[in-house]
Amino acid sequence: MQADPKGVLTGIHFMDGDHAACEGALAAGCRFVAGYPITPSTEIVERFAARIPTVGGVFIQMEDELAASIAIQGGAWGGKKVMSVSSGPGISLMMEHLGYAFITETPSVWVNVQRGGPSTGLPTQPAQADMMQAKWGSHGDFEVIALAPNSPQECFDLMITAFNLTETWRVPVMFMMDEVVGHMTERVEIPPPEKIEVVDRKWTTKKPGEYKPFETTPEDPVPFMTKAGDGHRIHVTGLTHDERGYPAMTVPAQDKLVKRLVYKIRDNADKIVDVREDGVEGADVIVVSYGITSRVAMAAVEQARAKGIKVGHLRMVICWPFPAKRIKELAKKVKAFVVPEINLGQMVLEVERHVAGVAKVLHVGHAGGTVHEPDVILEKIMEAVR
Amino acid sequence: MSEEMGLEMEQDLERECALENPVLPYLRQDRIPHIWCPGCGIGTTVNCFARALTESGMNMDDIAIVSGIGCTGRVAGYLNLDSFHTTHGRAIPFATGLKLANPHMKVVVYSGDGDLSAIGGNHLLHAARRNMDLMVVCVNNFTYGMTGGQVAPTTPTGPTQTTMPYGNFESSFNLPALASACGAVYVARWTVYHVRQLAKAMREGLQKKGFVFIEALSPCPTLYSRRNRLGDGVDQVKYYKERSIVKNGADTKDVGLTYQGDIVVGKFVDRERPTWMDSMNEHFTKVLGNKFTPYGVENGQD
Ligand SMILES: Cc1ncc(C[n+]2csc(CCOP(=O)(O)OP(=O)(O)O)c2C)c(N)n1
Ligand code: SF4
Ligand SMILES: [Mg+2]
Repeated sequence: MQADPKGVLTGIHFMDGDHAACEGALAAGCRFVAGYPITPSTEIVERFAARIPTVGGVFIQMEDELAASIAIQGGAWGGKKVMSVSSGPGISLMMEHLGYAFITETPSVWVNVQRGGPSTGLPTQPAQADMMQAKWGSHGDFEVIALAPNSPQECFDLMITAFNLTETWRVPVMFMMDEVVGHMTERVEIPPPEKIEVVDRKWTTKKPGEYKPFETTPEDPVPFMTKAGDGHRIHVTGLTHDERGYPAMTVPAQDKLVKRLVYKIRDNADKIVDVREDGVEGADVIVVSYGITSRVAMAAVEQARAKGIKVGHLRMVICWPFPAKRIKELAKKVKAFVVPEINLGQMVLEVERHVAGVAKVLHVGHAGGTVHEPDVILEKIMEAVR
Repeated sequence: MSEEMGLEMEQDLERECALENPVLPYLRQDRIPHIWCPGCGIGTTVNCFARALTESGMNMDDIAIVSGIGCTGRVAGYLNLDSFHTTHGRAIPFATGLKLANPHMKVVVYSGDGDLSAIGGNHLLHAARRNMDLMVVCVNNFTYGMTGGQVAPTTPTGPTQTTMPYGNFESSFNLPALASACGAVYVARWTVYHVRQLAKAMREGLQKKGFVFIEALSPCPTLYSRRNRLGDGVDQVKYYKERSIVKNGADTKDVGLTYQGDIVVGKFVDRERPTWMDSMNEHFTKVLGNKFTPYGVENGQD
């Protein structure tokens, strides 16, 4: 369906990534945000607080991130499209509730404008060091979806994708920005509402009494949803549960539920994965990047090409699920992968795991605080072809 | 007696039971038996709540119940309402989101003393401060029941708990004073001995707009009573009966509890204050004029 015009600020704007992310959420139909201020993410909730009264919806600043990350889930079961926003320390506090969103299959977008860590770290400077936290940070087995925009325009565009994915798969979606993307100001084009495709919630059409809130079929592993007040008298719990939503703390119930939660994403990874490739066919080396680092990597790739090196660039727009199949295919054709990221080795582990020794994998790490110098990436590309 | 007569009598009996047990329609009968121990007071509070639901005359589809984690946290799962069993301590913020997203719902939070006042204490303070339109029922058994009887912020000084093996040396919360100081518009305390009064408070709570806090003292015979040689559930109810003093309108500063001491019960606070949503609507209407459409007022839906 098309976007609700009330939330769409059609036009050409000059805005930063945080503001663009907020506009993306509004365009996608987000009408409830609960947040707690933290640099460098605060501008997103500030803008939402300013915009939502005239769009029609609610913003509430909660007492902490524990509250914000569960309030949005109350909001989702109350019928709204929802988002919460934070950065490192706040995201760490949200982890229990990320798990609650997984087990209760609550559509929700979780924005992490990454800053340097661990702990309070570098509040005003960038990092990409929460990529594994997004994947593994909550306890138990689950599969997340995580996007990594590299510009304010993508903060807008991919935010709509993030909402569409969370509604389609009923899995919390992490929106992995970073301080630079959040604070850089660029041209952002917001299309008219009829050009914005949004996915509505997967509402049940069943009558009370017939509807089981967590019932699925082998063909469709994503259950239909309802909201409080629609007469279905649902029960939702963070305990392992059966199709009715009732606690079922048995080995078979655990097996059935957790496998479905994990495999609804794993089995459909091909439909979700999004990579943008540039010159990978015939390349000797492929740079694998994501988020802000992809823009620095592009500069290094161009410099390498100017030196006559056959280098391709594969950018992960969606980092989780990881584009395992594509990396495996490419591994057979290239000498090496170069993986720059603003951390000391996270997504590179996943590249190594799927390359499995078939090609070299060189990491270009960075402890955070700024983006890479293109030169260090260029050096690694040259090392890779030597 | 003929077979037919026997059948008739049986049917009569069934009908009578159905009549006499007004709670049944409010329970998810496919979830019974419940997990609570014999003599536990939580079930009694649920009876009171069911009575309050009946007497309120409200449409059950318009009421949602949200629990945290604990023995009391299981209440949501047994009630035939839209019900949410959330995470430990976070029932209030979940309920806040639910209420704000779907303002026509009456949202009830039903949870334990540890859940609401320890791990969730901060949320209790802030929801009361905001006058969020929620009714909170806090079943206070002076202990962490679910995890085996550890010390809670409500445990009076004195008795032993598994993590206070030599007796509790901490001071306890006076929950009505806490809720009132933070701005709750309705505050009451009853015990499971006071079933009529508790049900009435719950009914009033359902009909009250704003942050309602009802403390229900309830025995945990399995852990708290046994560990402290206080007898069984009935003995604890006897204690409630003997030592309770009804003082409606009492200053909440004076209603703190001591170990097996006097219990001041009653309706302590009943006042008016604009709710969070009323304040938001009023403020935005003033500041933004006709650019703003009041939220959640018309027909309850935005
Ligand atoms: C984050 C977290 N910490 C700890 C626990 C373990 N836990 C479950 S219930 C509970 C205490 C419950 O006490 P109370 O709220 O008083 O409820 P009661 O069982 O007494 O009704 C604790 C500590 C948990 N489930 N989650
Ligand atoms: S442990 Fe205590 S609170 Fe929990 S069900 Fe048993 S008696 Fe009730
Ligand atoms: Mg307790």
